[in-house]
Amino acid sequence: MASNDTNLTTRPSVAVHAPGTTVSGADSANASVMQLRDVSVYYGSYEAVRGTTMPIQQNQVTAMIGPSGCGKSTVLRALNRMNDPIPGARVSGDVLFHGQDLYAKDVDPIQVRRRIGMVFQKPNPFPKSIYDNVAYGLRINGIKGRLDDHVEEALTKAALWDEVKDKLRKSALALSGGQQQRLCIARTIAVKPEVILMDEPCSALDPIATAKIEDLIFELTNDYTIVIVTHNMQQAARVSHYTAFFTAEVDEAQERHGRLVEFSQTGKLFTNPADKRTEDYITGRFG
Amino acid sequence: MTLTNNPPAAKPTLTQRGSSALGDRVFSWWTLGTGLLVLAILGLILITTVREAWPAFDAMGLRFITERVWDPNPATGDAIFGALSFAYGTAVSSLIALLFAVPVSVGIALFLTELAPRRLRGPAVTVIDLLAAVPSVVFGLWGILVVAPALVPIYQWMHDVFGGIPLLGRLFGPVGSGRNFMTAGLILAIMVTPIITSITREVFSTVPRADKDAALALGATRWEMIRGAVFPHSFGGVVGAVMLGLGRAMGETIAVALVIGGATNITANLFAPGNSMAAVIVQQFGESTGTFTAALIGLGVVLFAMTVLINVLAQVVVRRAEARMKGSVA
Repeated sequence: MASNDTNLTTRPSVAVHAPGTTVSGADSANASVMQLRDVSVYYGSYEAVRGTTMPIQQNQVTAMIGPSGCGKSTVLRALNRMNDPIPGARVSGDVLFHGQDLYAKDVDPIQVRRRIGMVFQKPNPFPKSIYDNVAYGLRINGIKGRLDDHVEEALTKAALWDEVKDKLRKSALALSGGQQQRLCIARTIAVKPEVILMDEPCSALDPIATAKIEDLIFELTNDYTIVIVTHNMQQAARVSHYTAFFTAEVDEAQERHGRLVEFSQTGKLFTNPADKRTEDYITGRFG
Repeated sequence: MTLTNNPPAAKPTLTQRGSSALGDRVFSWWTLGTGLLVLAILGLILITTVREAWPAFDAMGLRFITERVWDPNPATGDAIFGALSFAYGTAVSSLIALLFAVPVSVGIALFLTELAPRRLRGPAVTVIDLLAAVPSVVFGLWGILVVAPALVPIYQWMHDVFGGIPLLGRLFGPVGSGRNFMTAGLILAIMVTPIITSITREVFSTVPRADKDAALALGATRWEMIRGAVFPHSFGGVVGAVMLGLGRAMGETIAVALVIGGATNITANLFAPGNSMAAVIVQQFGESTGTFTAALIGLGVVLFAMTVLINVLAQVVVRRAEARMKGSVA
């Protein structure tokens, strides 16, 4: 691993639930690896998401669902500072990773992203060989020697090794969409992050490829904590342990703001939601 | 939805060719025509120049490109027309130009696409494009009046410091007037920077946000992101930009004619005067007749051939490098 000169992991984790958000069934036996406290995300003066408070439990899958424009992807990108390159993007509140605020002044976003990886909506392998796609992250993290072993391990974990072991030098762009997405997952886990963020990872894939990714997500919880944004409620119900339901509120000025409505164990959220808006959404009565 | 009540729809005529088909036909003929026109023009240039240059080729044979002496009016004997010295001058001055222009251009392009605040981008691009609008004779005059004299002390210093090093020192030989290969190369570098910058910038800006995000999400620094996501994506385009710059540098006439020194000379010394093919043509064409004129046109043919050769070579290089970098597609 890269040197941990930022002490991102040294502090004890804290789990704080602010009042106002329905948090139920957050199993206290699980440690929360991340914690959002009153997190709002702004683009310029526009508040895209307001006041999100929720935990991310270790080695569990947390799903974020909700209608388009509810800010779920925005919140996800705030978890590893991927909004930083967007001009005018700004985060208020605390995004805690093992108790440390990711937006504190002395925190290096590069280090944050090495610990909290991300898989995107559209498979986005580099225009390089399959091998080099996986090796890229290893190389920039200064992992020297035995790259072959690391590459094989990552591809195996991503359930892709058997399909590509004979064509590692071929272009990654020649793979199918589902294979490309698993390659992107392999690329992400090669650098051994703690948390993997997935932004609608299956929305560009066919049902069979989707099923493979979902199986993989389940497998990955042995080693990783996963946060997945999906517009597909069935998917959230299938793969996640916890679910956060977001919705878009329209304020007096007719501006839409994303808002976390309910966070709870997935089974409970889908069978016995605490909030009327959640119930309307999951039963399809949402306007 | 009562399908039964619908009257049967008119049978679609799948073979009908309406006005849209005509438009397609016109379009395809037009594009084919313009494409062929380019080839025709290239072919005609080649044929006429070779024909006009033939007396010189005939008189000199292969020596036209292997002979370093260029003597149109010898005291005794036949005139000697050898293009080698000028081909060397063209190559050296263009190479120096690229050596300076490429890193600078790529740097500017990266700055404009990846680093510069949005407000700065527009004005910066305008300024660089303005540089491309300066007539080459102005660059030449600036070079001869300002740049060359100003560089003499620097050349002298480099000669004093590096001149003693074995082998490498031969590049930094005795300094003359300041009108030499190096000055020509530097002026050319300034002249080709805008074109390389502007195309490279366009190429860089086509790199998908998704590729850059992928690199950043793996914990890449900005430079690692550029190396991992931006460069592989734009290698071919950047080489294309460099080739366009090289083409301009090799073909540049008046600016080089003014600052390269005007000597028929093959030497490692970058501070010695020389001459380039394009410069020789513009300097001597007015006073030439007969075989002399043919020889000057012959220089044009050689320049043309060199440019084509380099472009073909570059394409091979790009294809090889992309196959290696991106992995073979098949």
